[in-house]
Amino acid sequence: MIKKEDVRHIAKLARLGISISEEVGFQKDLSSVLDYVNLLNEVDVSDVEPTYHPMARFFKKNIVREDIGEDQQIADELIKLIPRTKGRHVKVKSILN
Amino acid sequence: MDLTKLTIKEAHKGLKNKDFSAFELAIAYLDKIEKEDDKINAFLSVDREGALEQAREADKRILSRNMTALTGIPTAIKDNILVKGLKNTCGSKILENYVAPYSATVIEKLKEEGVIILGKTNMDEFAMGSSTENSAFGVTKNPHDSERVPGGSSGGSAAAVATDFCCFALGSDTGGSIRQPASFCGVVGLKPTYGTVSRYGLTAFASSFDQIGILTKSVEDSQIVFKTISGLDPKDSTSAEVRPPQSCGGPTSANLENLRIGIPKEYFEGDFETKKTIQESLKLLQNQGAKLVDISLPNTKYALPAYYIIAPSEASANLSRYDGIKFGLSEEGEDLLDGYLKTKEKGFGDEVKRRIMIGTYALSSGYYDAYYLRAQKVRTLIKVDFDKAFEKVDIIITPTTPTSAFKIGEKVDPLSMYLSDIFTVSVNLAGLPAISIPVGSTEAKLPIGLQIIGKPFEENKILNIAKIYNNI
Repeated sequence: MIKKEDVRHIAKLARLGISISEEVGFQKDLSSVLDYVNLLNEVDVSDVEPTYHPMARFFKKNIVREDIGEDQQIADELIKLIPRTKGRHVKVKSILN
Repeated sequence: MDLTKLTIKEAHKGLKNKDFSAFELAIAYLDKIEKEDDKINAFLSVDREGALEQAREADKRILSRNMTALTGIPTAIKDNILVKGLKNTCGSKILENYVAPYSATVIEKLKEEGVIILGKTNMDEFAMGSSTENSAFGVTKNPHDSERVPGGSSGGSAAAVATDFCCFALGSDTGGSIRQPASFCGVVGLKPTYGTVSRYGLTAFASSFDQIGILTKSVEDSQIVFKTISGLDPKDSTSAEVRPPQSCGGPTSANLENLRIGIPKEYFEGDFETKKTIQESLKLLQNQGAKLVDISLPNTKYALPAYYIIAPSEASANLSRYDGIKFGLSEEGEDLLDGYLKTKEKGFGDEVKRRIMIGTYALSSGYYDAYYLRAQKVRTLIKVDFDKAFEKVDIIITPTTPTSAFKIGEKVDPLSMYLSDIFTVSVNLAGLPAISIPVGSTEAKLPIGLQIIGKPFEENKILNIAKIYNNI
């Protein structure tokens, strides 16, 4: 069983607010999922390379494009979606006192 | 004639022969949705006005003899695929009021053909789930039994096709999210090879698994839509350039003498509900001359645990963008960090939080090697299993799911829900194409799906074999 402190620590890393009751729930759920995935410990993976992407072998080269802006008229649409703005700027709380 | 019962091919014929107009076809679906969807809850939003406008345009095209196989055909889109101007909630409170500022590449391609977009369908929040019970906007009911789930996460799309609320639907499949609901609802569900269909405009869940796919009433329809939405997209750097040689189309006649079907023993162990029906289906293929070859995919039992490390890890990174700063729900905090915490606490549902937590744990310092890296190595072994099997066989056939649709509220423990993906996740770990087709039903008249898995980029082969199966 993972500890409550661990649950709090992970939530903090994830920038996820959780309530006291969620803390208890996550402790139970995470423990049961981790117990289950520990099944992987019985596999011998020495000398096995990881597969970060299933199609990696089909990618012959990095995909890049010319760094040229495209006029998609989308900037204004995206700015409209921002919860707090000042002019065309994103407004956030100050991070330095 | 009930227009809503038509397949794409039949509707196309009717439109072409002027038996009915695209406008009449769209009205038939919209009216049916309006009358009956309060019982099913397949749709999160319906765009009546937009659909009728598109139908008028389609009728003009038909009159000017400028129509394609999909002109005037009404579709429904899973609510994680962006359609410009329509809401894209992903079944989440955090995107409840998010209106798509642009369209996904697949939507652009469908619109070019003159497809009618009826609305957006319900799903498990951020596609995390196997029942649509994780939607923040209520569960979708299985059209065959309203006490049961339609499967998930593309449950709204599968139920919409099965209820004749649309001619076809798009979904996404990260660990089985098209094939499992297709199986539960008795429709055809295609998950293409990773990379064949652009992910541009699909809201990210687990980027090395996610793939847009198709839910239809027939295999032929699946082929029509696949042809339209697949292809290299400069906007998705993981979309594929690889095209299979012509010979990969597979058999075209009902004679299957040269076909070797791999039957992995790990998928037929013990007794389970769908086993007998699948075995009977295999007999039918054998009677057409196909050779059934016993194979082993020895690492199968590690697929689900590997998936439930890697997919949540990728999700935890992808979902960090919902911080209340750039779009979506935004809760005011005392400071910047407090705003993040409050926004995510309020915006995300239980399962999404759970997966973010699992993923963050697996990626955290001290656990990365033991969980994330180990799981990615196991993924290699699972892939090698398939590579080896495909040296001996042309396709692999398994049940899509061990059981038929389960009851709403039946699976309360997260782990028991995860286990319903047991026959579908391996395919996503390896990036392979697979299709689920309805092949029978249980005594309680619930549909059962059969899964055909192909080599990378051999969609046409599995589609052709599925077609032949249906014609037996």
